[in-house]
Amino acid sequence: MAFIDKHAILEKSPTLLLVASLLVVTVGGIVEIAPLFWLENTIEEVEGVRPYSPLELTGRDIYVREGCYVCHSQMIRPMRDEVERYGHYSLAAESMYDHPFQWGSKRTGPDVARVGGRYSDAWHVDHLSDPQSVVPESIMPKYAFLKDTPIEPTHIEALLKTHRFVGVPYSDEQIEEARADFRAQADPDSDYDGMLERYPGAAVANFDSQPELTEMDALIAYLQVLGTMVDFSTFTPDASR
Amino acid sequence: MSKGKTDEVTGTDTTGHSWDGIEELNTPLPRWWLWTLYLCIIWAILYSIAYPAWPMVSGATKGLLGWSTRANVAADITAHEGKNADLVTALLATDMDVLPASADLNRYAVARGGAVFRANCSQCHGSGAAGAKGYPNLLDDDWLWGGDMAEIEYTVRHGIRNEQDDDARYSQMPAFGEMLEKDEITAVVEHVVSLSNAEFDAKLAETGATVFADNCSACHGETGLGDRAQGAPNLADAIWLYGGDRKTLTDTVKNARFGVMPAWGPRLTEADVRAVSAYVHSLGGGE
Repeated sequence: MAFIDKHAILEKSPTLLLVASLLVVTVGGIVEIAPLFWLENTIEEVEGVRPYSPLELTGRDIYVREGCYVCHSQMIRPMRDEVERYGHYSLAAESMYDHPFQWGSKRTGPDVARVGGRYSDAWHVDHLSDPQSVVPESIMPKYAFLKDTPIEPTHIEALLKTHRFVGVPYSDEQIEEARADFRAQADPDSDYDGMLERYPGAAVANFDSQPELTEMDALIAYLQVLGTMVDFSTFTPDASR
Repeated sequence: MSKGKTDEVTGTDTTGHSWDGIEELNTPLPRWWLWTLYLCIIWAILYSIAYPAWPMVSGATKGLLGWSTRANVAADITAHEGKNADLVTALLATDMDVLPASADLNRYAVARGGAVFRANCSQCHGSGAAGAKGYPNLLDDDWLWGGDMAEIEYTVRHGIRNEQDDDARYSQMPAFGEMLEKDEITAVVEHVVSLSNAEFDAKLAETGATVFADNCSACHGETGLGDRAQGAPNLADAIWLYGGDRKTLTDTVKNARFGVMPAWGPRLTEADVRAVSAYVHSLGGGE
Protein backbone atom coordinates (compact mmCIF):
# COMPACT_ATOMS: atom_id res chain seq x y z
CA MET A 1 0.00 0.00 0.00
CA ALA A 2 1.48 3.32 -1.06
CA PHE A 3 1.65 6.14 1.51
CA ILE A 4 -1.04 8.09 -0.32
CA ASP A 5 -3.47 5.22 0.27
CA LYS A 6 -2.91 5.12 4.06
CA HIS A 7 -6.00 7.29 4.62
CA ALA A 8 -7.97 4.06 4.32
CA ILE A 9 -6.79 3.15 7.81
CA LEU A 10 -8.43 6.30 9.25
CA GLU A 11 -11.54 6.00 7.21
CA LYS A 12 -12.20 2.44 8.22
CA SER A 13 -11.98 3.04 11.97
CA PRO A 14 -14.56 5.50 13.36
CA THR A 15 -12.73 5.89 16.67
CA LEU A 16 -9.44 6.63 15.01
CA LEU A 17 -11.13 9.07 12.63
CA LEU A 18 -12.73 10.89 15.58
CA VAL A 19 -9.45 11.16 17.46
CA ALA A 20 -7.60 12.34 14.36
CA SER A 21 -10.28 14.94 13.53
CA LEU A 22 -10.13 16.25 17.08
CA LEU A 23 -6.37 16.53 16.76
CA VAL A 24 -6.62 18.53 13.53
CA VAL A 25 -9.25 20.90 14.95
CA THR A 26 -7.21 21.34 18.15
CA VAL A 27 -4.09 22.30 16.24
CA GLY A 28 -6.09 24.75 14.13
CA GLY A 29 -7.66 26.24 17.25
CA ILE A 30 -4.37 26.56 19.08
CA VAL A 31 -2.66 28.23 16.14
CA GLU A 32 -5.51 30.68 15.58
CA ILE A 33 -6.73 31.46 19.07
CA ALA A 34 -3.97 30.85 21.60
CA PRO A 35 -1.54 33.51 20.27
CA LEU A 36 -4.19 36.19 20.86
CA PHE A 37 -3.61 35.78 24.56
CA TRP A 38 0.12 36.39 24.52
CA LEU A 39 1.00 38.21 21.32
CA GLU A 40 1.77 41.83 22.17
CA ASN A 41 0.48 43.14 18.88
CA THR A 42 -3.08 41.97 19.47
CA ILE A 43 -3.35 43.99 22.66
CA GLU A 44 -2.14 47.43 21.68
CA GLU A 45 -1.49 49.76 24.60
CA VAL A 46 -3.57 52.87 24.07
CA GLU A 47 -3.72 55.76 26.49
CA GLY A 48 -7.09 56.98 27.70
CA VAL A 49 -9.21 53.84 27.53
CA ARG A 50 -10.93 53.37 30.88
CA PRO A 51 -13.68 51.11 32.20
CA TYR A 52 -17.22 52.45 31.77
CA SER A 53 -18.73 54.49 34.59
CA PRO A 54 -21.66 52.86 36.41
CA LEU A 55 -24.22 54.96 34.49
CA GLU A 56 -22.53 54.31 31.15
CA LEU A 57 -22.33 50.60 31.89
CA THR A 58 -26.04 50.55 32.70
CA GLY A 59 -26.71 52.43 29.46
CA ARG A 60 -24.66 49.85 27.65
CA ASP A 61 -26.86 47.11 29.08
CA ILE A 62 -29.90 48.99 27.74
CA TYR A 63 -28.18 49.29 24.35
CA VAL A 64 -27.67 45.53 24.30
CA ARG A 65 -31.15 44.79 25.68
CA GLU A 66 -32.85 46.87 23.00
CA GLY A 67 -30.79 45.17 20.32
CA CYS A 68 -29.22 48.37 19.01
CA TYR A 69 -26.32 46.22 17.76
CA VAL A 70 -28.68 44.54 15.31
CA CYS A 71 -28.61 47.67 13.15
CA HIS A 72 -25.60 49.62 14.45
CA SER A 73 -22.02 48.38 14.47
CA GLN A 74 -19.30 49.86 16.63
CA MET A 75 -16.36 49.16 14.38
CA ILE A 76 -14.96 51.69 11.95
CA ARG A 77 -12.94 49.70 9.47
CA PRO A 78 -9.56 50.90 8.21
CA MET A 79 -10.78 52.14 4.84
CA ARG A 80 -10.77 55.69 3.52
CA ASP A 81 -14.54 56.02 3.06
CA GLU A 82 -15.25 54.82 6.60
CA VAL A 83 -12.57 57.00 8.15
CA GLU A 84 -13.91 60.06 6.32
CA ARG A 85 -17.46 59.42 7.38
CA TYR A 86 -17.07 58.20 10.94
CA GLY A 87 -13.61 59.28 12.09
CA HIS A 88 -10.43 57.40 12.99
CA TYR A 89 -10.74 53.64 12.49
CA SER A 90 -11.52 51.71 15.65
CA LEU A 91 -8.72 50.26 17.73
CA ALA A 92 -8.99 46.91 19.47
CA ALA A 93 -8.11 48.62 22.73
CA GLU A 94 -11.22 50.78 22.52
CA SER A 95 -13.31 47.65 22.99
CA MET A 96 -11.07 46.07 25.62
CA TYR A 97 -13.62 46.61 28.40
CA ASP A 98 -16.62 45.61 26.31
CA HIS A 99 -18.24 42.37 27.40
CA PRO A 100 -19.50 41.45 24.88
CA PHE A 101 -17.95 43.67 22.22
CA GLN A 102 -20.27 45.50 19.82
CA TRP A 103 -18.35 45.06 16.58
CA GLY A 104 -20.15 43.97 13.48
CA SER A 105 -20.64 44.59 9.84
CA LYS A 106 -24.45 44.75 9.73
CA ARG A 107 -25.29 48.39 9.25
CA THR A 108 -28.93 49.12 8.74
CA GLY A 109 -28.13 52.31 10.66
CA PRO A 110 -24.79 54.10 10.74
CA ASP A 111 -21.81 52.98 12.77
CA VAL A 112 -21.88 54.48 16.27
CA ALA A 113 -18.32 53.77 17.38
CA ARG A 114 -17.55 57.52 17.49
CA VAL A 115 -20.98 58.99 18.10
CA GLY A 116 -19.88 60.42 21.47
CA GLY A 117 -19.98 64.23 21.56
CA ARG A 118 -21.14 64.38 17.98
CA TYR A 119 -24.66 65.48 18.84
CA SER A 120 -26.18 67.28 21.79
CA ASP A 121 -27.95 65.42 24.59
CA ALA A 122 -31.20 67.07 23.52
CA TRP A 123 -30.74 65.68 20.01
CA HIS A 124 -30.34 62.18 21.42
CA VAL A 125 -33.56 62.61 23.43
CA ASP A 126 -35.41 63.86 20.34
CA HIS A 127 -33.90 61.22 18.13
CA LEU A 128 -34.44 58.26 20.45
CA SER A 129 -37.99 59.36 21.26
CA ASP A 130 -38.95 59.90 17.64
CA PRO A 131 -36.14 59.43 15.13
CA GLN A 132 -38.24 60.75 12.24
CA SER A 133 -38.69 64.11 13.97
CA VAL A 134 -35.07 64.96 13.24
CA VAL A 135 -34.19 62.52 10.44
CA PRO A 136 -37.36 62.17 8.35
CA GLU A 137 -35.88 59.44 6.14
CA SER A 138 -34.90 57.27 9.12
CA ILE A 139 -36.43 53.81 9.59
CA MET A 140 -35.35 53.51 13.21
CA PRO A 141 -38.08 52.51 15.69
CA LYS A 142 -39.13 54.88 18.46
CA TYR A 143 -37.68 54.41 21.93
CA ALA A 144 -39.72 57.09 23.71
CA PHE A 145 -40.51 54.70 26.58
CA LEU A 146 -36.90 54.97 27.76
CA LYS A 147 -37.56 58.41 29.22
CA ASP A 148 -40.61 57.12 31.05
CA THR A 149 -38.75 54.20 32.57
CA PRO A 150 -37.05 55.19 35.83
CA ILE A 151 -33.94 53.31 36.89
CA GLU A 152 -32.34 52.70 40.22
CA PRO A 153 -28.77 51.49 40.76
CA THR A 154 -30.13 48.43 42.58
CA HIS A 155 -27.61 45.92 41.28
CA ILE A 156 -24.85 48.30 40.26
CA GLU A 157 -22.16 46.90 42.60
CA ALA A 158 -22.94 43.40 41.39
CA LEU A 159 -22.75 44.57 37.78
CA LEU A 160 -19.32 46.12 38.31
CA LYS A 161 -18.13 43.05 40.21
CA THR A 162 -19.27 40.81 37.38
CA HIS A 163 -17.32 42.88 34.92
CA ARG A 164 -14.31 42.74 37.23
CA PHE A 165 -14.69 38.97 37.30
CA VAL A 166 -14.26 38.84 33.51
CA GLY A 167 -11.24 41.10 33.56
CA VAL A 168 -12.32 44.75 33.71
CA PRO A 169 -10.03 46.42 36.27
CA TYR A 170 -12.64 48.07 38.51
CA SER A 171 -11.01 49.08 41.79
CA ASP A 172 -12.56 48.44 45.19
CA GLU A 173 -13.12 52.19 45.45
CA GLN A 174 -15.02 52.25 42.16
CA ILE A 175 -17.27 49.45 43.35
CA GLU A 176 -17.80 51.09 46.73
CA GLU A 177 -18.73 54.41 45.15
CA ALA A 178 -20.72 52.89 42.27
CA ARG A 179 -24.09 53.90 43.63
CA ALA A 180 -23.04 57.50 44.29
CA ASP A 181 -21.24 57.76 40.93
CA PHE A 182 -24.30 56.42 39.14
CA ARG A 183 -26.42 59.30 40.46
CA ALA A 184 -23.70 61.96 40.31
CA GLN A 185 -23.13 61.60 36.58
CA ALA A 186 -26.72 62.47 35.77
CA ASP A 187 -26.88 65.41 38.17
CA PRO A 188 -24.79 68.49 37.29
CA ASP A 189 -25.64 69.97 40.69
CA SER A 190 -24.10 67.09 42.58
CA ASP A 191 -20.55 66.75 43.84
CA TYR A 192 -19.22 64.82 40.89
CA ASP A 193 -15.49 65.52 41.23
CA GLY A 194 -14.81 62.09 42.67
CA MET A 195 -16.74 60.46 39.85
CA LEU A 196 -14.74 62.38 37.25
CA GLU A 197 -11.51 61.38 38.96
CA ARG A 198 -12.50 57.74 38.78
CA TYR A 199 -13.86 58.02 35.23
CA PRO A 200 -11.94 60.79 33.45
CA GLY A 201 -13.76 62.43 30.57
CA ALA A 202 -17.21 61.18 31.55
CA ALA A 203 -20.01 63.54 30.50
CA VAL A 204 -21.90 64.95 33.47
CA ALA A 205 -25.35 66.22 32.59
CA ASN A 206 -29.02 65.78 33.18
CA PHE A 207 -29.10 63.99 29.86
CA ASP A 208 -32.86 63.80 29.37
CA SER A 209 -33.69 67.11 31.13
CA GLN A 210 -36.12 65.36 33.47
CA PRO A 211 -35.82 65.48 37.23
CA GLU A 212 -35.89 61.71 37.69
CA LEU A 213 -33.22 59.27 36.53
CA THR A 214 -34.43 57.25 33.58
CA GLU A 215 -33.10 54.69 31.16
CA MET A 216 -32.81 57.56 28.67
CA ASP A 217 -30.19 59.19 30.94
CA ALA A 218 -28.15 56.00 31.10
CA LEU A 219 -28.30 55.26 27.39
CA ILE A 220 -27.29 58.80 26.40
CA ALA A 221 -24.45 58.77 28.94
CA TYR A 222 -23.21 55.63 27.21
CA LEU A 223 -23.65 57.01 23.69
CA GLN A 224 -21.85 60.23 24.59
CA VAL A 225 -18.72 58.38 25.69
CA LEU A 226 -18.45 56.16 22.63
CA GLY A 227 -15.18 56.69 20.79
CA THR A 228 -14.14 59.67 22.91
CA MET A 229 -11.67 57.99 25.26
CA VAL A 230 -8.63 58.01 22.96
CA ASP A 231 -7.16 61.38 22.05
CA PHE A 232 -6.34 60.94 18.38
CA SER A 233 -4.47 64.23 18.22
CA THR A 234 -1.70 62.55 20.22
CA PHE A 235 -2.15 58.95 19.14
CA THR A 236 0.16 57.66 16.42
CA PRO A 237 -0.94 54.37 14.95
CA ASP A 238 1.79 51.76 14.62
CA ALA A 239 1.56 50.79 10.96
CA SER A 240 2.81 47.26 11.59
CA ARG A 241 -0.22 46.25 13.63
CA MET B 1 -13.40 -7.26 5.75
CA SER B 2 -12.47 -8.94 2.51
CA LYS B 3 -10.04 -7.48 0.06
CA GLY B 4 -11.64 -5.52 -2.76
CA LYS B 5 -11.88 -7.08 -6.15
CA THR B 6 -12.34 -5.59 -9.60
CA ASP B 7 -15.89 -4.93 -10.72
CA GLU B 8 -16.49 -6.48 -14.08
CA VAL B 9 -18.89 -3.91 -15.54
CA THR B 10 -16.94 -0.70 -14.72
CA GLY B 11 -13.46 -2.12 -14.38
CA THR B 12 -13.08 -0.25 -11.06
CA ASP B 13 -11.88 -1.78 -7.79
CA THR B 14 -14.44 -2.27 -5.04
CA THR B 15 -13.86 -1.26 -1.41
CA GLY B 16 -14.56 -4.75 -0.23
CA HIS B 17 -17.70 -3.66 1.63
CA SER B 18 -20.64 -5.85 0.85
CA TRP B 19 -24.23 -5.53 2.04
CA ASP B 20 -26.63 -8.21 0.94
CA GLY B 21 -24.46 -8.78 -2.10
CA ILE B 22 -24.36 -5.11 -3.00
CA GLU B 23 -20.78 -3.96 -3.26
CA GLU B 24 -19.29 -0.44 -3.10
CA LEU B 25 -17.13 0.84 -5.94
CA ASN B 26 -13.90 2.54 -4.87
CA THR B 27 -14.12 5.17 -7.60
CA PRO B 28 -11.14 7.51 -7.40
CA LEU B 29 -11.72 11.28 -7.13
CA PRO B 30 -11.93 13.12 -10.43
CA ARG B 31 -8.45 14.32 -11.33
CA TRP B 32 -9.51 17.97 -11.75
CA TRP B 33 -10.89 17.89 -8.21
CA LEU B 34 -7.79 16.31 -6.74
CA TRP B 35 -5.46 18.72 -8.51
CA THR B 36 -7.55 21.69 -7.36
CA LEU B 37 -7.10 20.46 -3.80
CA TYR B 38 -3.34 20.19 -4.23
CA LEU B 39 -3.22 23.65 -5.82
CA CYS B 40 -5.14 25.09 -2.88
CA ILE B 41 -2.63 23.60 -0.46
CA ILE B 42 0.25 25.08 -2.45
CA TRP B 43 -1.60 28.41 -2.62
CA ALA B 44 -2.06 28.40 1.16
CA ILE B 45 1.65 27.86 1.71
CA LEU B 46 2.62 30.66 -0.70
CA TYR B 47 -0.04 32.96 0.75
CA SER B 48 1.22 32.50 4.28
CA ILE B 49 4.71 33.38 3.10
CA ALA B 50 3.60 36.47 1.16
CA TYR B 51 1.15 37.89 3.73
CA PRO B 52 1.18 38.26 7.53
CA ALA B 53 0.19 34.86 8.86
CA TRP B 54 2.00 32.75 11.42
CA PRO B 55 2.02 33.74 15.08
CA MET B 56 5.53 33.80 16.52
CA VAL B 57 6.89 34.75 19.92
CA SER B 58 6.54 38.53 19.76
CA GLY B 59 4.33 39.00 16.71
CA ALA B 60 3.05 37.37 13.59
CA THR B 61 5.24 36.88 10.52
CA LYS B 62 5.17 40.06 8.43
CA GLY B 63 4.95 38.41 5.03
CA LEU B 64 7.24 39.12 2.10
CA LEU B 65 4.89 41.69 0.53
CA GLY B 66 4.84 43.82 3.68
CA TRP B 67 1.06 44.20 3.52
CA SER B 68 -0.56 46.25 6.32
CA THR B 69 -4.15 47.43 6.66
CA ARG B 70 -3.13 50.53 8.54
CA ALA B 71 -0.43 51.47 6.08
CA ASN B 72 -2.87 50.90 3.22
CA VAL B 73 -5.55 53.19 4.59
CA ALA B 74 -2.97 55.87 5.42
CA ALA B 75 -1.57 55.63 1.89
CA ASP B 76 -5.07 55.73 0.40
CA ILE B 77 -5.95 58.87 2.35
CA THR B 78 -2.65 60.53 1.45
CA ALA B 79 -3.10 59.70 -2.22
CA HIS B 80 -6.61 61.14 -2.20
CA GLU B 81 -5.48 64.29 -0.43
CA GLY B 82 -2.69 64.64 -2.95
CA LYS B 83 -5.20 64.88 -5.77
CA ASN B 84 -6.84 67.92 -4.20
CA ALA B 85 -3.71 69.34 -2.62
CA ASP B 86 -3.65 72.50 -4.73
CA LEU B 87 -7.29 73.30 -4.03
CA VAL B 88 -6.92 72.60 -0.31
CA THR B 89 -3.82 74.79 -0.08
CA ALA B 90 -5.70 77.58 -1.85
CA LEU B 91 -8.74 77.09 0.41
CA LEU B 92 -6.58 77.32 3.53
CA ALA B 93 -4.84 80.43 2.21
CA THR B 94 -7.93 82.29 1.08
CA ASP B 95 -9.65 84.72 3.39
CA MET B 96 -13.13 83.29 3.99
CA ASP B 97 -14.82 86.62 3.31
CA VAL B 98 -13.57 86.74 -0.26
CA LEU B 99 -13.98 83.02 -0.96
CA PRO B 100 -17.29 83.39 -2.87
CA ALA B 101 -15.52 85.80 -5.21
CA SER B 102 -13.14 83.14 -6.54
CA ALA B 103 -15.58 81.00 -8.46
CA ASP B 104 -13.54 77.84 -9.03
CA LEU B 105 -12.29 77.57 -5.48
CA ASN B 106 -15.73 78.32 -4.09
CA ARG B 107 -17.24 75.59 -6.25
CA TYR B 108 -14.78 73.10 -4.78
CA ALA B 109 -15.37 74.34 -1.23
CA VAL B 110 -19.15 74.15 -1.58
CA ALA B 111 -19.03 70.63 -3.06
CA ARG B 112 -16.66 69.43 -0.38
CA GLY B 113 -18.68 71.21 2.29
CA GLY B 114 -21.85 69.54 1.04
CA ALA B 115 -20.29 66.12 1.63
CA VAL B 116 -19.12 67.16 5.09
CA PHE B 117 -22.59 68.53 5.84
CA ARG B 118 -24.40 65.34 4.82
CA ALA B 119 -22.07 63.19 6.93
CA ASN B 120 -21.99 65.36 10.04
CA CYS B 121 -24.65 68.05 10.14
CA SER B 122 -27.69 66.57 8.41
CA GLN B 123 -28.72 64.56 11.46
CA CYS B 124 -29.85 67.78 13.16
CA HIS B 125 -30.22 70.33 10.37
CA GLY B 126 -31.76 67.87 7.91
CA SER B 127 -30.21 66.43 4.76
CA GLY B 128 -31.57 69.42 2.83
CA ALA B 129 -30.53 71.85 5.62
CA ALA B 130 -34.14 72.83 6.28
CA GLY B 131 -33.76 72.05 9.98
CA ALA B 132 -36.26 70.53 12.38
CA LYS B 133 -37.99 71.63 15.55
CA GLY B 134 -35.21 72.98 17.74
CA TYR B 135 -32.60 72.77 14.96
CA PRO B 136 -32.39 75.90 12.80
CA ASN B 137 -33.24 76.01 9.13
CA LEU B 138 -30.08 77.05 7.29
CA LEU B 139 -31.78 77.81 4.00
CA ASP B 140 -33.39 81.08 5.06
CA ASP B 141 -31.79 84.39 5.97
CA ASP B 142 -32.96 84.31 9.57
CA TRP B 143 -29.78 83.87 11.60
CA LEU B 144 -29.54 83.50 15.36
CA TRP B 145 -25.83 84.33 15.67
CA GLY B 146 -25.03 85.92 12.34
CA GLY B 147 -24.98 84.78 8.76
CA ASP B 148 -21.87 86.18 7.18
CA MET B 149 -19.00 83.88 6.34
CA ALA B 150 -16.94 84.65 9.45
CA GLU B 151 -19.89 84.18 11.83
CA ILE B 152 -20.89 80.88 10.22
CA GLU B 153 -17.31 79.65 10.38
CA TYR B 154 -17.10 80.63 14.06
CA THR B 155 -20.31 78.78 14.84
CA VAL B 156 -19.13 75.65 13.01
CA ARG B 157 -15.72 75.72 14.66
CA HIS B 158 -16.76 76.44 18.25
CA GLY B 159 -20.39 75.39 18.37
CA ILE B 160 -23.08 76.72 20.64
CA ARG B 161 -23.51 76.22 24.41
CA ASN B 162 -21.41 73.07 24.43
CA GLU B 163 -18.92 72.11 27.11
CA GLN B 164 -16.19 70.95 24.77
CA ASP B 165 -15.06 74.37 23.63
CA ASP B 166 -14.40 77.34 25.90
CA ASP B 167 -14.99 79.70 22.99
CA ALA B 168 -18.39 78.24 22.15
CA ARG B 169 -21.15 80.78 21.62
CA TYR B 170 -23.05 81.09 24.86
CA SER B 171 -26.19 82.68 26.17
CA GLN B 172 -28.87 81.41 28.46
CA MET B 173 -32.47 82.49 28.59
CA PRO B 174 -33.81 82.40 32.14
CA ALA B 175 -36.71 80.09 32.86
CA PHE B 176 -39.41 82.67 33.57
CA GLY B 177 -41.78 80.08 35.06
CA GLU B 178 -40.37 80.87 38.50
CA MET B 179 -39.94 84.60 37.95
CA LEU B 180 -43.25 85.72 36.46
CA GLU B 181 -46.82 85.19 37.53
CA LYS B 182 -49.01 82.95 35.45
CA ASP B 183 -51.09 85.83 34.05
CA GLU B 184 -47.93 87.78 33.25
CA ILE B 185 -46.72 84.86 31.17
CA THR B 186 -50.05 84.62 29.36
CA ALA B 187 -49.83 88.33 28.62
CA VAL B 188 -46.26 88.34 27.41
CA VAL B 189 -46.98 85.36 25.17
CA GLU B 190 -49.88 87.32 23.69
CA HIS B 191 -47.53 90.25 23.10
CA VAL B 192 -45.02 87.99 21.33
CA VAL B 193 -47.83 86.58 19.20
CA SER B 194 -48.89 90.12 18.34
CA LEU B 195 -45.45 90.90 16.89
CA SER B 196 -45.92 88.63 13.92
CA ASN B 197 -49.55 87.51 13.92
CA ALA B 198 -52.53 89.64 12.94
CA GLU B 199 -54.89 87.79 15.28
CA PHE B 200 -54.36 88.59 18.91
CA ASP B 201 -56.07 89.91 22.00
CA ALA B 202 -55.11 93.61 21.91
CA LYS B 203 -55.78 94.32 25.57
CA LEU B 204 -53.84 91.31 26.80
CA ALA B 205 -51.01 92.08 24.42
CA GLU B 206 -50.78 95.60 25.77
CA THR B 207 -50.33 94.29 29.32
CA GLY B 208 -47.79 91.85 27.85
CA ALA B 209 -45.85 94.69 26.27
CA THR B 210 -45.01 96.02 29.72
CA VAL B 211 -43.91 92.60 30.91
CA PHE B 212 -41.85 92.25 27.72
CA ALA B 213 -40.19 95.63 28.22
CA ASP B 214 -39.27 94.74 31.80
CA ASN B 215 -38.07 91.20 31.24
CA CYS B 216 -37.37 90.37 27.63
CA SER B 217 -36.28 93.51 25.81
CA ALA B 218 -32.72 93.43 27.21
CA CYS B 219 -31.96 90.51 24.93
CA HIS B 220 -34.72 90.40 22.34
CA GLY B 221 -34.75 94.17 21.82
CA GLU B 222 -37.51 96.63 22.56
CA THR B 223 -39.27 95.77 19.34
CA GLY B 224 -38.51 92.05 19.61
CA LEU B 225 -36.13 92.05 16.66
CA GLY B 226 -33.58 90.01 18.60
CA ASP B 227 -29.88 90.44 19.17
CA ARG B 228 -27.36 88.35 17.30
CA ALA B 229 -24.59 89.15 19.74
CA GLN B 230 -26.50 87.07 22.31
CA GLY B 231 -28.12 84.65 19.93
CA ALA B 232 -31.48 86.09 20.95
CA PRO B 233 -33.98 85.24 18.21
CA ASN B 234 -35.98 87.79 16.28
CA LEU B 235 -39.53 87.34 17.62
CA ALA B 236 -41.22 89.50 15.01
CA ASP B 237 -40.49 87.57 11.84
CA ALA B 238 -42.91 84.63 12.17
CA ILE B 239 -39.99 82.18 11.90
CA TRP B 240 -40.00 79.88 14.89
CA LEU B 241 -37.36 77.46 16.06
CA TYR B 242 -39.60 75.62 18.52
CA GLY B 243 -43.03 76.80 17.41
CA GLY B 244 -45.02 80.03 17.47
CA ASP B 245 -48.34 78.83 18.84
CA ARG B 246 -49.39 80.03 22.28
CA LYS B 247 -48.86 76.66 23.94
CA THR B 248 -45.27 76.29 22.70
CA LEU B 249 -44.48 79.93 23.45
CA THR B 250 -45.78 79.51 27.01
CA ASP B 251 -43.54 76.48 27.38
CA THR B 252 -40.58 78.43 26.02
CA VAL B 253 -41.15 81.39 28.36
CA LYS B 254 -41.67 79.15 31.39
CA ASN B 255 -38.82 76.68 30.90
CA ALA B 256 -36.55 78.51 28.43
CA ARG B 257 -34.62 76.77 25.67
CA PHE B 258 -31.00 75.78 25.61
CA GLY B 259 -30.08 74.52 22.17
CA VAL B 260 -26.64 72.97 22.01
CA MET B 261 -24.42 72.56 18.97
CA PRO B 262 -21.17 70.60 19.27
CA ALA B 263 -17.85 72.23 18.38
CA TRP B 264 -16.70 70.86 15.04
CA GLY B 265 -13.23 72.42 15.08
CA PRO B 266 -11.71 69.48 16.95
CA ARG B 267 -13.54 66.86 14.86
CA LEU B 268 -13.15 68.15 11.33
CA THR B 269 -10.01 69.16 9.49
CA GLU B 270 -9.37 72.87 8.95
CA ALA B 271 -10.25 72.48 5.28
CA ASP B 272 -13.52 70.73 6.17
CA VAL B 273 -14.50 73.49 8.62
CA ARG B 274 -13.94 76.09 5.92
CA ALA B 275 -15.66 74.01 3.26
CA VAL B 276 -18.79 73.33 5.30
CA SER B 277 -18.99 77.02 6.26
CA ALA B 278 -18.83 77.92 2.58
CA TYR B 279 -21.54 75.35 1.88
CA VAL B 280 -23.89 76.72 4.55
CA HIS B 281 -23.16 80.26 3.36
CA SER B 282 -24.06 79.22 -0.19
CA LEU B 283 -27.45 77.77 0.74
CA GLY B 284 -29.30 80.99 0.18
CA GLY B 285 -29.17 82.99 3.38
CA GLY B 286 -25.47 83.84 3.42
CA GLU B 287 -24.81 87.50 4.08
